[in-house]
Parts: sequence; structure tokens; C-alpha cells
Amino acid sequence: MPAFDWRWGALAAALAMAAATSTASFAQSKYDTGATDTEIKIGNIMPYSGPASAYGVIGRTEAAYFDKINAEGGINGRKINFISYDDGYSPPKTVEQARKLVESDEVLFIFNSLGTPPNSAIQKYMNSKKVPQLFVATGATKWNDPKEFPWTMGWQPSYQSESHIYAKYILKNRPNGKIAILYQNDDYGKDYLKGFKDELGAKAASMIVAEESYETTEPTIDTHIVTLKASGADIFFNITTPKFAAQAIRKAAEIGWKPEHFLNNVSASIGSVIRPAGFDAAQGIISSAYLKDPTDPQWKDDPGMKGWNAFLDKYYPDADRTDLSVMFGYTVAQGLVHVLKNCGNDLTRVNVMKQAASIKDLSLPGFLPGITANTSATDFAPLAQLQLMRFKGQTWERFGDVISSDVGG
Amino acid sequence: MSAAVEEVVTEAPAVEAVPKRAMTLGTGTSLVVLALLILAPLVVKNFVIFQLTMLLVYGLAVLALNILTGGSGQFSLGQSAFYAVGAYTSAVLMEQYNVNYALTLPISGILCFAVGFLFGQPALRLSGVYLALATFALATAMPQLLKLNFLEPWTGGVQGLVVTKPDAPFGLPMSQDMWLYYFTLAITIAIYVGAVNLLRSRSGRAFMAIRDNEIAASAMGIDVALYKTLAFGVSAGITGIAGSLGAIVVQFVAPDSYTIGLAIQLFLGMVVGGVGWLPGSIVGAAFIIFVPNMAENISKGLSGAVFGVLLFLVIFVVPHGARQVAIFCQQTVAKFRKR
Repeated sequence: MPAFDWRWGALAAALAMAAATSTASFAQSKYDTGATDTEIKIGNIMPYSGPASAYGVIGRTEAAYFDKINAEGGINGRKINFISYDDGYSPPKTVEQARKLVESDEVLFIFNSLGTPPNSAIQKYMNSKKVPQLFVATGATKWNDPKEFPWTMGWQPSYQSESHIYAKYILKNRPNGKIAILYQNDDYGKDYLKGFKDELGAKAASMIVAEESYETTEPTIDTHIVTLKASGADIFFNITTPKFAAQAIRKAAEIGWKPEHFLNNVSASIGSVIRPAGFDAAQGIISSAYLKDPTDPQWKDDPGMKGWNAFLDKYYPDADRTDLSVMFGYTVAQGLVHVLKNCGNDLTRVNVMKQAASIKDLSLPGFLPGITANTSATDFAPLAQLQLMRFKGQTWERFGDVISSDVGG
Repeated sequence: MSAAVEEVVTEAPAVEAVPKRAMTLGTGTSLVVLALLILAPLVVKNFVIFQLTMLLVYGLAVLALNILTGGSGQFSLGQSAFYAVGAYTSAVLMEQYNVNYALTLPISGILCFAVGFLFGQPALRLSGVYLALATFALATAMPQLLKLNFLEPWTGGVQGLVVTKPDAPFGLPMSQDMWLYYFTLAITIAIYVGAVNLLRSRSGRAFMAIRDNEIAASAMGIDVALYKTLAFGVSAGITGIAGSLGAIVVQFVAPDSYTIGLAIQLFLGMVVGGVGWLPGSIVGAAFIIFVPNMAENISKGLSGAVFGVLLFLVIFVVPHGARQVAIFCQQTVAKFRKR
């Protein structure tokens, strides 16, 4: 077969070229598809329509942040061309959009595509094409798997690592507690549940006295709260999204159920959960965080928060400043800019992944004090730290140390 | 929504008295379209080939609905459920039991035919909007059924299943995308020809008799119940095969892929393509794939609204869909020939 000879020929040619350029290319720029002397093309897929469209603001915030970067001269002199498509949270559409970005728009990589099912749908494709699928916007645990999927990397602390932190706390402080759990019946809820049970280990069976799940289509979860109270539990792990979290907090207070209440970080927003539920009902709730909540009064004079407000004033004035997603988009865009700056003039896909996998103690203005992002060739989970906090008065009071919990996929 | 359905329901018998020959294309036109479909992948990028493959897959699913609605006059908003069953059958067989992808197609076809036939047993007692509602319930239930705990070892639950894309067989020098395109095209053509022949057969005439007047049909000795269920089963079977192909092409199945949104898209595709006109299925599929992209290009924030406006324009200007455009073109060409 001529194919055999051809391969050797190509190898020889590549070696010759490498030899010829190795001395000269030291100062020269290296590019893959999607990057030039003047531009870096970045793809993104967001649910601007459909059931998860509330998260679309993340894409809008990122676009606004890259506008700011471009207005300030770009990254190492290159402007960012941010191409963001809508997939409506439908996996087949995500595949179509990802292929459009990679094969038709020819982006350097896809950044912060949102949702577990959409990202699962394109993971294999991205890895077979060797195009980075960088900082995906989902808390599922499976993105930290550099061996199987060296081109995919997560960003936020995974749901399971957060669950571990609560379970550790309970085992230490309430080893004889009786636990009731309410969770959303989907990948997100089940991921939390798994992490929690894993960490409780053998004690899970005896400590968990009640488990209820709900569907997002239910108008109210009141009956579940009543059932959970009837189980006699004195610890409540609340794995719900904002609307349901507010209902759960309010209902528990109404029927006089006062367990030690653990609320997942997804719903830790004061503006969208605690205030609607009522400050009185929320006293003493324990949660955890890694980002500064813009609706928390303790950050009013924080320089990081001031920078965020100045950015929104100029580039995204109609943003909803009570929405934690805006802070999320801002922070992850800054994380990407950090990686691209470190790439220097070597804007190849290999180097983008290499730089993304060598983040050391990166602290961004939106992070809580003490939280840093870290990656390595074997750790593709940039954020794995959280701090516990308890609600008191009208604000979250952080307590204890920053806790890390890395979970592999 | 209800108004739209009602309108279609009341209008249906009048609109859809499509003579069986008018349900297909002439030989000349068919050959041209076929040639285009065969040659297209040779000149375009892999990404476009992928889109064309999805076009065929959705086209097949719209065709299945067209047989049901255009052929036998029954409505279904539950096609996404059959599509999901087909997709999951292929995905589970391929990934958990290492069955060859081509073999999974007839299995899903038969399985979906059975599911459709069984569902049709009670459902055929309903008609018009009530049947549409019953199938609607099926479509809403399906994503949740797929998430059931005891099915999780097979379905992967909410996380879905990743499907391995097949290579071209016999060492054919073509990309996976191109091979899948021709594979899908061959199956689409086979099913299209089969569907055309079905509608021209005794059973097809029975379908259409039921569509036009149920009482008259039963007076002529047609077993209305049997043929209605049969139409339901055939439609479900073809939708299942489309679902299988869709799963192989997209390489991923998850409950979120098969929501009621998909069923409505297929319904929309049928109306835009022209109810009862089989070649219109491809046009309808093109509408549901490409028009949302166009709408997004016009305005990202208002893509849904722009899509709505475009849809409204289509319904307003050409209420009978692509069939009307085709008839208009045919008449214009005929005029020029006479001169």
C-alpha cells in the first residue's frame, strides 16, 4: 500500500521542517486554526432559549467582558472574536452548533458551554477532533478526567465535592443526627446525593431517615417538606434550585420544622432565595460558596465588587446585579483571559490545554478570600475549594477554613 | 395552540382530500432530487454533510407523521416518544450489547411498531383533538420514563448514553460523516419508496377512505379500528428508525433530547411541508433545522420571536406549505412549455 510509504514520507518531511524551523521559530508565533496575529476566535454554546434560558446571561456577560478586553487592546495584541450560539439546552442541537463552531467558523476552542447533557453530547466529538472544550459550565464531577478526555476541563467546584464538605461536617458535629434529603430528580440532584452518600459511607443507611425527590414541573414542593418533617429528622439537606429552595425554607418555617438546614450552593443567593423566603425563616441555614454574592451587603466596599460594578456600568448596563450567574460569567471569563495571556504567542490547541492545566494559585476578584484556582496535568478541576457559611441577620457569615475536596471523574 | 389545532382539525377533510398521485413527485423531478442528494456531499464540508444527514433523519420522522396525518387523518403530538424509543433502542443495543448499528434499525423499527400499535389500541377510540391530547401525554411522559431508576443500568439515566460512530465498511475511502449520510440516504429512499407504495396499495386506500369519511369507509367494509391502529404502528415504526439514525448521527442520547419540543417541531415540519404531500417532509425538515439558525443570525435575543414571525409568514402566504409552492412552480413551467 502506498499509504505506508506516504506516512514515512510525511514523517520525514515533518522532521526536516522541525529541524529547519527549530532555530528560527523561537521568537515566532505558532498558531492553530482560529488564531492569527490579530485575532483569537473562541466558540461558545449557551441556552439562550428553552428551559434553561435563565443561564443565557452567562454568555452575555462573557461577551461583554471580552468587549472590555478588546477595548483595552486585546490579549497580547490580539482581539477576541467571541462566537456564541444558542442550543436551547437540547443535546442534538449542541452537537450541531459545536460542529458549526469547529468546522465552519473554525474556532480555536470552545469555552464555557453550558449544561451537563449538552456537554456530554459533544465531549467525545471534541476529544476526537482534539479541540479544547474548556471550562465547561456545569458542576458535574465527570469533567475532571484528563486520562480519558484530555481536551475537556471543568471550572466550578463539582456538586460531589460540595456534598462531601457537608457530609464531613455532619459526621464531625452531628454523628448521631437523623438526616432528611430533598433533591431535584435530575443529573444535578443525583450528583449531589451520590457525593453525600459516598462520604457518609457505611453510616448513610442508618443516618438518612427520609429521601424525597421532586420534578421541576411541580408547582410547589410543600407536600415533600411535610413528609420529611414527619420522618422525625433533625438534619435537612436541601438540594434544590432557587425557586424550590425558597419554597422549602418558607414551608419548613411555616410548619415549625427546625432541623439543622444545609442548603446547596446553587441556591445560596440572598437576592433570589433568602429574601423571597424571608430572613426570619432562613436564620441558621448552612451553605457554602466560592464566589462573592453581589447581594450580600458585606461586599459593598470590596474592591473586587467595585471592579465588577464598574465593568457592568460600562459594558453591560442592563445586567441583573442580583443574579449570581453574572458574577459567574465575569469570573470564568477572567480565568480564560489568564490562560490566554500565559499562552503568549503559542496559540496552538495543545498549548491552550497545557496552560489551562498549569494554573497555580490563581485568585480572581470575584472569589471569596482564600479561594484559588489550581490545575495540573492530572487535576482538571480548577476550583475545588469552598467555605462553609451560616446565615445570620441579613448576610452570610463564613466560618471555618477554606476546605478543598477534589473528586475525580 | 388550541385554536391552531382546531383549525387544522376542522379544515382537515377539505384540505387533505389529496388524490394519491398528488401525494408524490413525478419521475423526472424525483430523479433530479435524487441526483442532488447523492452528489451534494461530494462538494461540501463535513459539517454541512452532518446537517444534511440530520435533514434526512428529521425528514423521515416528518414523513412518518405525514403518513399518519396526511394518510389516515389522525393527529399525533407524541412522535417524539417513538423517536426516543427508537434512539434509545439503538443506543442501548450498540453500547451495552455490542450489536452492529445497522442491525439495530430493524429492531427499533419493529419495537416502535409494536409500541405504536399497542398505544393505538386504546387511543383509536379518540379522534381529532382528543387523540392529539392523548399522544401529547405520551410525549410529556417519555423523558421522565427514560430517567426511571430501574432503567438506569441500560439508559444511563439523566446522564444519557454516548454512542460510538461507525466507520465506513470495507475500507471505503470516505469520512464517517459521508458514510453515515449515504447510509441514511439509502434507508430514507427505501422507506420513502415503501411509503409511496403503501399509500398506493389497498391499505393506503383504506387509510385515505378513513381520512375522508370514517362512516363511509366502514360501510364499504373497511375495518376502521384495525387500519387506524395499523397507520399508527407504521408511523411509529418509521419514527423509531428515524430516532435510531438520529442517535447514531448525533452520537448521544439523553432524555432532554426528546422533549415535547421535538414533537412540536415534527408537527410543524409536516404543516410547513404540506400535510399529505410526502416529498414535503424534506422541505419541512429543512424548515425546522435551518430556520431557527437563520432566526438566531437575525437577532440572538429575540430568536424565538423571529422564528415565530417567519413561521407566521409561511402559514399566511402559503397555508398549504411546500405543496402549494410546488404546484405553483409546476403550473408556471407548464405555461412556458405551451408557448
